[in-house]
Amino acid sequence: MEEKNLQNVYIPPEKFVFVNEGERLTDRKFEDKPIGYFKDAWNRFRKNKASVVATVIIVLVVLYAFLMPLLNNRYDSRFMDSYYAKKAPRTPFFRELNIGILDGGVDRAFSEKGLIKAIAMGMAAEDWDGTGDVTLEEGLASDYQPIIEKDEGTEVKKGKDVSITYKARIDAFLEVGFMYMSVEQAEYQRIRDWEEETGLHVLYPLIENNEWNQDVNDANFWYKTKKSNPIYLNEKGKAKTIEFAEGMVLEDNYKRDAEGNPIYWEYTGGGSFDNAQYKVRVLYYNYYQYKNGFEPSYILGTDSQGYDLALRLAGGIRLSLLVAVCVSVINFLIGAVYGAIEGYYGGLADLLMERITDILSGVPFIIVATLFQIHLSAKVGAVPSLLFAYVLTGWISTAYRVRTQFYRFKNQEYVLAARTLGARDWRIIWKHIFPNTLGTIITSCALAIPGVINSESMLSYLGIVKLGSAGSTSLGTLLSDASAIWTNYPHLMIVPALVLSLLMICFNLFGNGLRDAFNPSLRGVED
Amino acid sequence: MGKYVLKRIGLMLFVFFVIMTMEFILVRMLPRELPVDKVQAAAIASRWEALGYNKPIMAQFWIYLKGIFTKWDFGTSWYIDFREPAWNVLINRLTPTVLVNLYSLLFSIPLGIGLGIFAAIKKNKWQDSLISTMVMVFVSVPSYVYAFLVQYFLYFKLGWLPLQLYSVADAGGTYFSWKMFHSMIAPILALSFGEIAGLCRFTRAELTETLTSDYMLLARTKGLTKSQATTRHAMKNAMVPILPMLISSFIGILGGSMIIEQIFSIPGVGQLYIKSITLFDYDVFMMDSIFYSFISLLAGIVVDISYGFIDPRIRMGER
Repeated sequence: MEEKNLQNVYIPPEKFVFVNEGERLTDRKFEDKPIGYFKDAWNRFRKNKASVVATVIIVLVVLYAFLMPLLNNRYDSRFMDSYYAKKAPRTPFFRELNIGILDGGVDRAFSEKGLIKAIAMGMAAEDWDGTGDVTLEEGLASDYQPIIEKDEGTEVKKGKDVSITYKARIDAFLEVGFMYMSVEQAEYQRIRDWEEETGLHVLYPLIENNEWNQDVNDANFWYKTKKSNPIYLNEKGKAKTIEFAEGMVLEDNYKRDAEGNPIYWEYTGGGSFDNAQYKVRVLYYNYYQYKNGFEPSYILGTDSQGYDLALRLAGGIRLSLLVAVCVSVINFLIGAVYGAIEGYYGGLADLLMERITDILSGVPFIIVATLFQIHLSAKVGAVPSLLFAYVLTGWISTAYRVRTQFYRFKNQEYVLAARTLGARDWRIIWKHIFPNTLGTIITSCALAIPGVINSESMLSYLGIVKLGSAGSTSLGTLLSDASAIWTNYPHLMIVPALVLSLLMICFNLFGNGLRDAFNPSLRGVED
Repeated sequence: MGKYVLKRIGLMLFVFFVIMTMEFILVRMLPRELPVDKVQAAAIASRWEALGYNKPIMAQFWIYLKGIFTKWDFGTSWYIDFREPAWNVLINRLTPTVLVNLYSLLFSIPLGIGLGIFAAIKKNKWQDSLISTMVMVFVSVPSYVYAFLVQYFLYFKLGWLPLQLYSVADAGGTYFSWKMFHSMIAPILALSFGEIAGLCRFTRAELTETLTSDYMLLARTKGLTKSQATTRHAMKNAMVPILPMLISSFIGILGGSMIIEQIFSIPGVGQLYIKSITLFDYDVFMMDSIFYSFISLLAGIVVDISYGFIDPRIRMGER
């Protein structure tokens, strides 16, 4: 209908006017700013939520790795306390809050005597003057009570015997309890001065070495025991087992002098006043404070040797990232040059260079890495020889991508135009064709990083790469340190494994985001 | 086609020979260590002398090649199995590696491809985004993290599976017993997560590409239902790249996973590799190295050739 109407419309000739009469026709200026290749990629990358989140997480992890050693003014990478090795995460603040996290707590099952031994540590801590009249309730209320919480106990029947098992959460740091130490006279005096100053107690009475002391090396059996069961002596002098109950009182077994005062030190050797050695019994938690000036505070716990795991982890991430980024950059350079020459010149050069890459890529990476480690690690160190191994074969995929791109672009008209205008090969390669390949190379570099992190941690886990020393560690070394003992100390495995997985996921997401961003054919595609 | 295959095989053998030469030189250049035990050390040293281990490297290589071609002799194990031929040492350890990886593949191929197809059909729906997210996570996380998770939950917390592989003697003298399979479940699971995720991602990518092709539109316009068009046209074309990948995974089971074998103490080829380094048993190390090199080359060439068979338009490496 409408078409018919249109055909019948009559426009009189005087109504026609020239649109541009009296004007000069020129090109319009762009009203928007031109969007370049990288700007365009950035716009597309920004829209990809997952990649942005992944990038933020990567930045946070990197910040953690580099800032952790600076922020942590208490521990450095050499600070180690072997008595506090493999301990669970704990900070004094969260321990005080008592909400079940960061309290150094470990869930464990206790026999009756085991539970008494743990609780007795808290009781003894309150009894620094060795009176021996501390009650169970005082002990449980003590700041040094290792048992955080416990249940009522369940009876376990085994044949005729009935025993009670308690499930309890125990503070792994306070569980260390008391220990014997050998100090010099001057040191002894300094500890005493420090005690006076702070009101905390380090030195505790020594324990009598008699038939009621089962283990003379264990400073935690301060009460009379028989087969590590607590006992009391009845009127006839016979040993009776004390059972765990309210109002329980343990009979102390402290070493006393003739007047019945507890003894705090014992001369063990050495000649003069200065270097005479005293055997003393210390509460290790307070001794640690005396020695270092602060309470133990490890937000990720300690590792298998007693280093701060948070610091070791930061060191591991640093090394892994450093290796990954170095490899990525070196491969970028080698791959770009090799691929450019191969792709641009083609023919015989291409054929020969392809055979070289065929051979190199035919050797499995693990064998290259192993041979480099065995041959070179003694001469140049483990990390450089690892880098060599990566560099030997890592650039092949980059070179391949660059070559493909060169094949695509080298016969295009603009290259022909450049050549006609007299541009040299070198200029055509780098100025005209190479920028086209940048997007793919950057993507492949970003995607190479998680691969390197993964294989590096695998190699150090398997022990092919031995980083060893305290200064340099990698995520794989942390995992392999934990591998034999982690069922008892899960945090040793969980923390590095979690960080490693997080890094892998984030780098993959980041790389995928880059790949999509650098792909102009996805411009305007919203799905 | 025959000429193409022959050319590829010839090229592969050439590359393999070059790699073998390099590996041989690098391995023989390593200082050989004798055991502390003096009698054994003297015995081994005299054997080495007789076998020409002290001659120049090229002469040694000639002896080595002659040994392989005339007697199938790849050297001798001195520490892992005393004076056992290296070839036998390797072959003895092939069974557990192949079994664990084969079970894992049989478990993960149907699941991976099934999930991939499902995700592709439900593209851009919530099922697809759920699967894609999971795949992203599972592809990224390294296999040994799964191994720890499996150990922690299924052994430590629930106690369903043993921590490590049973020895052959414990499992009734054979690798094919039910008890052995039970202890293999943990490594199979640990291997499968990544495998399933990888296959799923690959299948989804290929199938979504074919599903949006023009010939699918044609198939729908000529009256096929969506499921008919998918199974008859899209699936067939999507299988072109998937099949070679599966074939290469089946060759890859010979190599196995070193780290999984180490964690679950599977007495396989990967563990042999680690052992041969730590015990300085270089003949076995050499044997294992060329074995790994051969497998990776074989997988590559089989993929190329199978592409040629499945889709004759593609001839990899042909100019």
